[in-house]
Amino acid sequence: MVAIVDYGVGNLFSLKSSLKAVGAEVVVTADIEVLKSADQIILPGVGAFEDAAKKLRESGLSEKLISLAKSGKPFLGICLGMQLLFEKSYEYGEHEGLGLIKGNVRPIEGVIPEEYKIPHIGWNSLSFKGEKSPLWKYINDGDYVYFVHSYYAADCEKNVIADSEYGARLTAAVADGNIFGCQFHPEKSGTVGLNILKAFTEMKGE
Amino acid sequence: MITKRIIPCLDVRDGRVVKGVNFEGLRDVSSPVELAKYYSSCGADELVFYDITASSDGRKLFTDILCETAKSVFIPLTVGGGINTVADFDRVLKCGADKVSVNSGAIRNPDLIYEAAKLYGDQCVVISADVKRVDGVFRVFAKGGRENTGLEAIEWIKRCVGNGAGEVVLNSIDTDGVKKGFDLEMLDAVCNAVSVPVIASGGAGCIDDFITLFKTLDKVDAGLAASIFHFGEVKISDLKAEMAKANIPTRL
Repeated sequence: MVAIVDYGVGNLFSLKSSLKAVGAEVVVTADIEVLKSADQIILPGVGAFEDAAKKLRESGLSEKLISLAKSGKPFLGICLGMQLLFEKSYEYGEHEGLGLIKGNVRPIEGVIPEEYKIPHIGWNSLSFKGEKSPLWKYINDGDYVYFVHSYYAADCEKNVIADSEYGARLTAAVADGNIFGCQFHPEKSGTVGLNILKAFTEMKGE
Repeated sequence: MITKRIIPCLDVRDGRVVKGVNFEGLRDVSSPVELAKYYSSCGADELVFYDITASSDGRKLFTDILCETAKSVFIPLTVGGGINTVADFDRVLKCGADKVSVNSGAIRNPDLIYEAAKLYGDQCVVISADVKRVDGVFRVFAKGGRENTGLEAIEWIKRCVGNGAGEVVLNSIDTDGVKKGFDLEMLDAVCNAVSVPVIASGGAGCIDDFITLFKTLDKVDAGLAASIFHFGEVKISDLKAEMAKANIPTRL
């Protein structure tokens, strides 16, 4: 069973449907006992970093998610959920994340040439970095995935497992052991996205 | 590298797609779910569902179908038609829409874009404008292109983007249905006025029209069409293969 963390952020309809489409049993929950019993955990999210981080903290989920991720259970952050894995975000100020992966979330603006539009929105190709990640088990280098974002993960080079070219190399996905993060939306990336979710839901904890 | 997007638009009335022909392997051509799956498998980069239903029963049917589609089609879905309030945004987003396009609703209530963008984010709000030349000036039309609002189009679109619209669909009434190509002059004017993605609509008649669009106007991000895809005049897989051949960044 894969658990989607429910903390009142974003629309979980498509994520839930896509996980079902790859044959996973899915539960959407904020209940720590259910999260503990899940085989894998997904932290979703769209919207503003500050608001999402606050919701995680105030619901008491932050600490619980940190200890679950550190316990070795496969853990995947998607979009804002990926950004929350980092130490800090500089989206409208300076805000603390979960600190599960070293690095910071910074605005794309200023990193890419001026003629590039912000947000980075649309289909872009993945360039795998380092050893092929188990998350990429069923997909290939150069495959296309769907992005929508104005901030990106920086200062995290050793954990980048794929990046995408948009006037600069932008972090597309990161991993540190059992903890994974995708900046793009696998649930909106057609067959490629489904294959990424399939690989994740097949992962086993330590 | 980011790719140029090809977006088929499905007009839905009372739960059925309004126009279409038989595609190989497609049992029910007027089923929005079947057609959405078919387009997705042909390489469509996004889908637009346009609700042209007038009754509240039809609206309920529309959201049911949207849910059904979002359960089996995993590419971005945009919904337009009948979006007048934030509650309408909520209704379609809960059923699996990723973006919501507003047209007449934003003209009637200029705060709608601002309120929706604040709640759901800029990336969720698309301004769709029907524009026609009147005495040499680009004017915004409402009610499906029947009513001249008197608004100057470039200023209007800039204002919508300023209020939080994250994308613009520009539908040229002058080229719509003529099938002689997109309205490059109008598109160029809009692209130079805003910094968000611009989607070209109205006028595509053949594959070359899309090639000309992307080759001439680098700033246009996507091409949208309805009837040429539904009537099988242009196959999306052929179109994308030709785009790639012409060195246009394309997801194959």
